[in-house]
Amino acid sequence: MSLFDYFDQVFSDYTLRTITLGTAVLGAACGMLGSFAVLRKQSLLGDAISHAALPGIALAFLITGTKDTNLLLMGALISGLIGTFWIRGIIKKTHLKTDTALGLILSLFFGFGMLLLTFIQKQPNANQAGLDKYLFGQAATLVESDVTLMIFVTLMCALVLLLFWKEFKILLFDADFTKTLGFNTRFIDILITFFIVLAIVLGLQTVGVVLMSALLLAPAAAARQWTNRLSSMILLAALFGAFSGVFGTAISASQNNLSTGPVIVLVAAVFVLISFVFSPGRGLLFRELRFRQNRRDLQLKKTLQLMHSIAKTHDDISHPHAIRILNNFQGFTKRSLQKMEEKQWITLQQHHWSLTEKGYFAAENMFNETTHDESTN
Amino acid sequence: MMESQPAIQIDDLTVAYNYKPVLWDIDVTVPEGVLMAIVGPNGAGKSTLIKAILGIIDPIAGSVRVFGKPYKEQRRLVGYVPQKGSVDWDFPTTALDVVMMGTYGQLGWIKRPGSKQKKSALEALEKVGMLPFKNRQISQLSGGQQQRVFLARALVQDATVYLMDEPFQGVDATTEIAIINILKELRKRGKTVVVVHHDLQTVPEYFDWVTFLNVKKIATGPVKDIFNDDNLTKTYGINYKVAINN
Amino acid sequence: MTNPQIEIQVIAAVVAIACAIPGVFLVLRKMALISDAISHSILPGLVLGFFLTHDLNSPILILLAAITGVITVILVEAIQRTGLVKEDTAIGLVFPALFSIGVILIAKNANDVHLDVDAVLLGELAFAPFDRLLISGIDLGPKSLWIMGVILLITITLVILFFKELKISTFDAGLSASLGISPLVMHYGLMSVSSVTVVGAFDAVGAILVVALMIAPAAAAYLLTSDLKKMLWLAIGFGVFSALLGYWVAHWLDASISGSMTTVLGLVFLFVYLFAPQKGWIAVLYRQKQQRTEVSLLTFLLHLNNHSEENERHINHLQEHINWQRVRSKTVLDLALKNNMITISNEIVSLTTKGKQFTELALEYILTNKDEKIEPMKDDFFLFRG
Repeated sequence: MSLFDYFDQVFSDYTLRTITLGTAVLGAACGMLGSFAVLRKQSLLGDAISHAALPGIALAFLITGTKDTNLLLMGALISGLIGTFWIRGIIKKTHLKTDTALGLILSLFFGFGMLLLTFIQKQPNANQAGLDKYLFGQAATLVESDVTLMIFVTLMCALVLLLFWKEFKILLFDADFTKTLGFNTRFIDILITFFIVLAIVLGLQTVGVVLMSALLLAPAAAARQWTNRLSSMILLAALFGAFSGVFGTAISASQNNLSTGPVIVLVAAVFVLISFVFSPGRGLLFRELRFRQNRRDLQLKKTLQLMHSIAKTHDDISHPHAIRILNNFQGFTKRSLQKMEEKQWITLQQHHWSLTEKGYFAAENMFNETTHDESTN
Repeated sequence: MMESQPAIQIDDLTVAYNYKPVLWDIDVTVPEGVLMAIVGPNGAGKSTLIKAILGIIDPIAGSVRVFGKPYKEQRRLVGYVPQKGSVDWDFPTTALDVVMMGTYGQLGWIKRPGSKQKKSALEALEKVGMLPFKNRQISQLSGGQQQRVFLARALVQDATVYLMDEPFQGVDATTEIAIINILKELRKRGKTVVVVHHDLQTVPEYFDWVTFLNVKKIATGPVKDIFNDDNLTKTYGINYKVAINN
Repeated sequence: MTNPQIEIQVIAAVVAIACAIPGVFLVLRKMALISDAISHSILPGLVLGFFLTHDLNSPILILLAAITGVITVILVEAIQRTGLVKEDTAIGLVFPALFSIGVILIAKNANDVHLDVDAVLLGELAFAPFDRLLISGIDLGPKSLWIMGVILLITITLVILFFKELKISTFDAGLSASLGISPLVMHYGLMSVSSVTVVGAFDAVGAILVVALMIAPAAAAYLLTSDLKKMLWLAIGFGVFSALLGYWVAHWLDASISGSMTTVLGLVFLFVYLFAPQKGWIAVLYRQKQQRTEVSLLTFLLHLNNHSEENERHINHLQEHINWQRVRSKTVLDLALKNNMITISNEIVSLTTKGKQFTELALEYILTNKDEKIEPMKDDFFLFRG
C-alpha cells in the first residue's frame, strides 16, 4: 500500500479510519500536555516515566494472564507513578542529582521490564505474543474501544485545562506568587503531573515506551517557536501532534514491518527542525539575518558619528571633506558610503563627502537614542 | 483601618533551610503606613524573611500577624513583588497577561478575569509607564521594564501591605526613580511597603523606616533614629563603609 | 559450568567494569543523561557503519558509531546554545530522533543487517561466545571479549594517566582551568571514552541497559563514599557482582541476561539507597528528625538568650508564642534539661552558663558563615542527642 492509497482509503476503510482518528487524538493530547512538561522543565521526566511503565505492562500480563489493553495500561500507569515517586525520593533524600535519578529509574525499570518480557516469551502460553508492540508501538493494533478511551481522556484533559486554565498558567510562570495568592499549588501541581503521566500511558500502545517522550516534547518545542502566547502555543502543539500522529501512522502503515513509534517521532522531529530554522520571530535563519542587518546599521552609524565629529568643528556642517581623512579609521567601504548617500545623510562628490542637515541631526539624535537605550537596559 | 494594630508583627520567627538556620528568633513590628527597607549583607536572610512572612517557606518557629490576625486569614491584604530572577522570563506570555495575574487572587478558583480586571491591569501598566509595551512578550523587555511589570502586577492586587524582594536589582536610574516615586505615593495613600534593599546610600533618601538584619535582627525603627554607624557596623562588620561604596 | 558459560560471565564482567569507570565521572559531573543520549543516538552510526564494513565487530564500525556519539553531544550543546528550548528539552529531542532513524534503517534493511530490534534493546550476550576471533586458524577466544578488553584497557590507562586532571576538573572546574587543564579537552575526552564504551557494550547489553550499567553502580557507590578512588572501586565491585549474579538469575529464569543484570543492579541500588549508613534513605530520615529537634533547641536557647523579660521565658510561651505543637516543645525542653542547658523555676526557664556558652558560640559560627563547625560543636556540648 502506498502513502497515496492510505489517504485514499482513510475515509472508506473502517480500520484505517479508527487508527487514524486514534493517532490524531493521541497526538493532540500529547501536544497539549507536552507543552506543560516543556514549560516546567520536566522534559526528561516524561522519558523516565514512559520507560518505567514497561515492567507494569509485563507484570499486569503475568498476574492477570490477559492482554486486555485497559488492564495492561493500568499496570503501566501504576509502575510509571512508582517510578515518578522514586525519582522524587532520590532527589529529595539523597545528594544524587536529577539527571542521575532520571537515568537510574529509566534504565533500571526498563531492564526489569525487559527481563519480564523475555521471561514471558519463554512461557508455554499461547497468549503471550504481542506484548513487544509496547516497545516501539503498533498503531495497527488500535481497536475502536482504545480510540474511544483516548477520546474520552483527551476530552477530559481539555475540560480540566479550560477549567483551571488560569491556575495552570500562573503556576507555570510564578509558583511562589501563586502560593501567596492563596492557591493550593500542590493540588495544581499534582493535577498537571497526573495528566502528563496519563498522556504517556495512553500513547504506549501507539508509540511505545522507548520513544513516547519525544511525542510529548517535539510538538510543544516546535509550537513554542511560532508564538508568544500560551493559548496559541498549546493549540499549535496539539495541531502539530495530531499531524505527526496521522502522517507517522500513514507512512508506517504503507510500509512493511515498520513500527509506528519511530516514524511518528521522525515526523515530529521534522516539525521541530522547520520551526527552529524558519519561525519568523525566534528562528535561526531570521535571527541571523537580523543580526547581520544590525551589524551593517551599526557600522553605518559609527561612520556617521565620525563624520559628525569632523563636521562639528566647522561652521558650515555641509563643508566637504576628503574621503581620505576617514582612512585612519576603519569600518567604511565604498558601498557603505553609497548607502549613507541613499539615506540622504551625506552627499558624495568625487573624493569628497559632506554631511547633510538630515545626516547631522540623525547623528545628534542617535546619540540621545543610545543613551536612552542604555538607560532602559 | 485598625489604628491600634501594626501592619505586620513578627514574633520569634526562626527559619532553617535543610536544618541550617538562616533566620534566628526575629521580632519585628512594622507600623502601618511606613516605607521600610530591610538591609543586611548577602546571606543575611532578607529574602527568606519576606518569604517566611508570605508563607512561601514554613518557619520552624514563630508567628506572623497582619493587622492582628494570622497571615493566612489576611492574605488578600498583602501584595508581593518577587525577585526578578525567580521566574522564567522566556514563558510565552505578554506584559499585560502578567499584570492580570495580580487579579487572580481576588477572583479565586476557576473564575476568569473579565473586562474589569483588564481595565485595572491597564491602569497599573499606565502608572508604571509600561502601557506602550503591554503586548510585548516578557523576554523582550529590558530588566527595568520587567521590574516595572512586576510592580504593576502588585499594584493590581490592590493590597494594604506590600512586600518587595529587591525591586531595584538590575534596573536603570530612570526606573529606580519611577519605582521609588510609586512607593512613596503608596505610602501617601496609607499603604505599608516593605522592601529588601541593597544600596545603603539611598536608604535615608528613600525610606522612613529600616530593619537591620543579619541572621538575627540587629535593629528596627525609624531611619532618622537608628540608621547610624553603630548599627551598620553591627550588621556589616567593621568594613561596612566598603559595603556602602559598592 | 561449560566453557561458553564462563566466557559469557567474563565478557559480562568486563563490560560492567568498562561501563562503571566512565559512569562514575558522568554521575559526578551531573551528566548521567548524556550516556542515555549517546547510547540511543549511536544506533544510526552503527547501522551505517555496518553497511560499510559488513562486520558488527569491526573496529572501524566501532569508531564510526563512537563518532556519532560525540556528534550527538555537540548537537545537543549547539541546540542548548540557541536558547530556543530549555536545556533538558534539547537532549530529549535529539536522541529519540536519531534513535528512530536507526530503528527505521534496521527495519527497512532487515535482510541485509544482522541486527534486529530485540538486539538493539537487549544485546546478544548469549551468542557472544560463538563469534570467535581466528587468526591464521588459531582460536583466540570470543571477539567481543577482545573488543571490550581493549576498550577497558584503554579506559584504565587513561584514568591512571590522567587521574589527577580528571579529579580536579570534576570537583573544581574553575581551579582546573587556572591550572591549565582545559575543561574542554577533559569534557570531550570523557565523551569520547563514553561513546566508545557504549558502542562496545552495545553489542552485549543493548542501547538502554548500557545506561544502567554506567549510572547505577556509580550512583550506588556515591551514596557510600565521596572519595573518588573508593567510589571507582565500589562501582566496579557493584558492576561485576551484578553481572555475575545477573547471569545466573537469567540462567535460572531462562530470560534475557542483560535484563537480569540490570534487575540485579536495580536491587543493589535499592538496597544501598535504603540502607547506606550516612546518605541512605533511613539514615537521612533519622538525621533529619534529629536535626529538626536540635535546630528547635538552638532556636529556643537563643530565644532565652535574647529575652530577659520573664513573660517571654514562661513555659507556656513556648506553645503560645513560638507556635510549636505540644509534643515538640516537650521534646525540646526535655533535651535542653538533659543536657544541662536550662533550669526551670516557677515555670520560668533560664539559661545555665553552659547553655549560654553554647548559644553564643553557635550564633557566632552562624553569623560568620562557619556552619560546618556546628556539628563538631554539638559533639562537645551534648550529652544526649535529639
